[in-house]
Amino acid sequence: MKSLYLHVNPITCAGHGLCAELLPEAVRLDDWGYPIVDPSPVSPRIQGHARRAVAACPTLALALRSAPARGVTSPQRGES
Amino acid sequence: MNLATAATDTDLAVRGGVLGSPRLLAGPGGDITESLASHLDRLGDPLGAVGTTAPRELIQRIRASGLRGRGGGGFPVGEKLAVVAAGAGVGNRAVVVANASESEPASAKDRFLLSVRPHLVIDGIEVAARAVGVRQAYICVSQRSEHAVFALRQALLERREARLLPVPIEVVLAAPTFVGGDETALLNWIAGGAPSPTVVPPLPAHKGLTGRPTLVQNAESLAHLALIARFGPGWFRRVGTEEEPGTMLVTVSGCVTSAGVYETPIGTHLEDVLEASGWSVETEVILVGGYFGSWVRRQDAREMSLSRASLASCGASPGAGVILALPKSACGVKETAEVVDWLSAESSGQCGPCVHGLSSVAACLAQLASPASARRADLGRLLRWCAEIEGRGACRHPDGVIKLVRSCLQVFATEVEAHRSGRCLGSFEGWLPLPATTQQVR
Repeated sequence: MKSLYLHVNPITCAGHGLCAELLPEAVRLDDWGYPIVDPSPVSPRIQGHARRAVAACPTLALALRSAPARGVTSPQRGES
Repeated sequence: MNLATAATDTDLAVRGGVLGSPRLLAGPGGDITESLASHLDRLGDPLGAVGTTAPRELIQRIRASGLRGRGGGGFPVGEKLAVVAAGAGVGNRAVVVANASESEPASAKDRFLLSVRPHLVIDGIEVAARAVGVRQAYICVSQRSEHAVFALRQALLERREARLLPVPIEVVLAAPTFVGGDETALLNWIAGGAPSPTVVPPLPAHKGLTGRPTLVQNAESLAHLALIARFGPGWFRRVGTEEEPGTMLVTVSGCVTSAGVYETPIGTHLEDVLEASGWSVETEVILVGGYFGSWVRRQDAREMSLSRASLASCGASPGAGVILALPKSACGVKETAEVVDWLSAESSGQCGPCVHGLSSVAACLAQLASPASARRADLGRLLRWCAEIEGRGACRHPDGVIKLVRSCLQVFATEVEAHRSGRCLGSFEGWLPLPATTQQVR
């Protein structure tokens, strides 16, 4: 099974918190109810649960992708 | 949308100075806008110098110069040009956007550069446009300086009359918000939308303004680029360091006698820059790199020079070239707390961790800033918040604020301890400029 990573689009995420409810192994909530996802590959054992969490996200902010989530601190980011 | 709050430049008394031999600021002295005639007399026709050089060759020349972006990110300019050029093609022409929005309150270098050398920036835009094959370019300029906007528009008129403007350049007034200077926010604003960042990827270099490959480049970077096109990469590398060649513009302010914009070779000792701007014996700490920057103690500043490599040793970075000296009498925690409060209000309001996280961090820092409430502040929780917020916004706004907060807690640890035992060693003096918070533009 190939490696899959969880991605959150922070703009569309509204902090409903279903992801942490459905996938506590890889998602926890911060003090304001927004998800903090585990940056390591999703273990094959819970990939089914991960897909369910992605499908349940009311704002389609959660995604499962084959590339790791990029840090926003990459040098190409921000002011020129 | 509230554009009326855009302040004109009264906060920073802008004057120019140089250390070593100037490049951008060579030519007429003072704060005089250089005319097209004087510019051509001194430097000749920019595209004439480029001549029939193929775009690929031109990009190679910029790459070889080692020029890095001067807006804070420090990304190699040649690499960015290559990415944009590679993505552009028939039916998908690239766009060039010069970023002179300069939303950093303690920076004045881009406005100053446009005020005195508008033609150099225009040259840079034209050369970059040639390199990536562009038919339309934009320059997004800060509203804080009427002088800069006027100088730029006059210069464009001169060029049009002289038929020295092969690619038309549209002037766009920047959104009066802090986050508006972010690349993606800038492009949204130019396209007529709110000045709010979007999630990357896609990077603007791949898919920017109206979906086209877009080169967003800081105004100062473009001015350097114009000179590289004329004099070559070898000339450019004659000053600065091996890794970071060239000169840079810095804005020095705070408790110095000659605040202003200075051009200095990269790698100049931090102390020499402060010496030139007349820092006083009262200076205790320095803010380096602006509001996403770091505090540096006076004794540590002795060891440091103005380059990414040197400043990285203490976790700092030159950013967009901001240096602000704080006197002994001021309380660094209070000064920082005010800035952090302002920055948290400047969030574009899109991402939960930024909206809620930063306001919580700001509130906790405000608690720490006062000896009356510092004891109650939960330091452990503040540090946990910092760790959790970092990297979770669409743009780098939250990360930048967290960096400043961490630096404050580290450098002003003694002051924080004093506050927690009910004493304060300084007072709030308001050395860090804070424009009126703009009504949220969404």
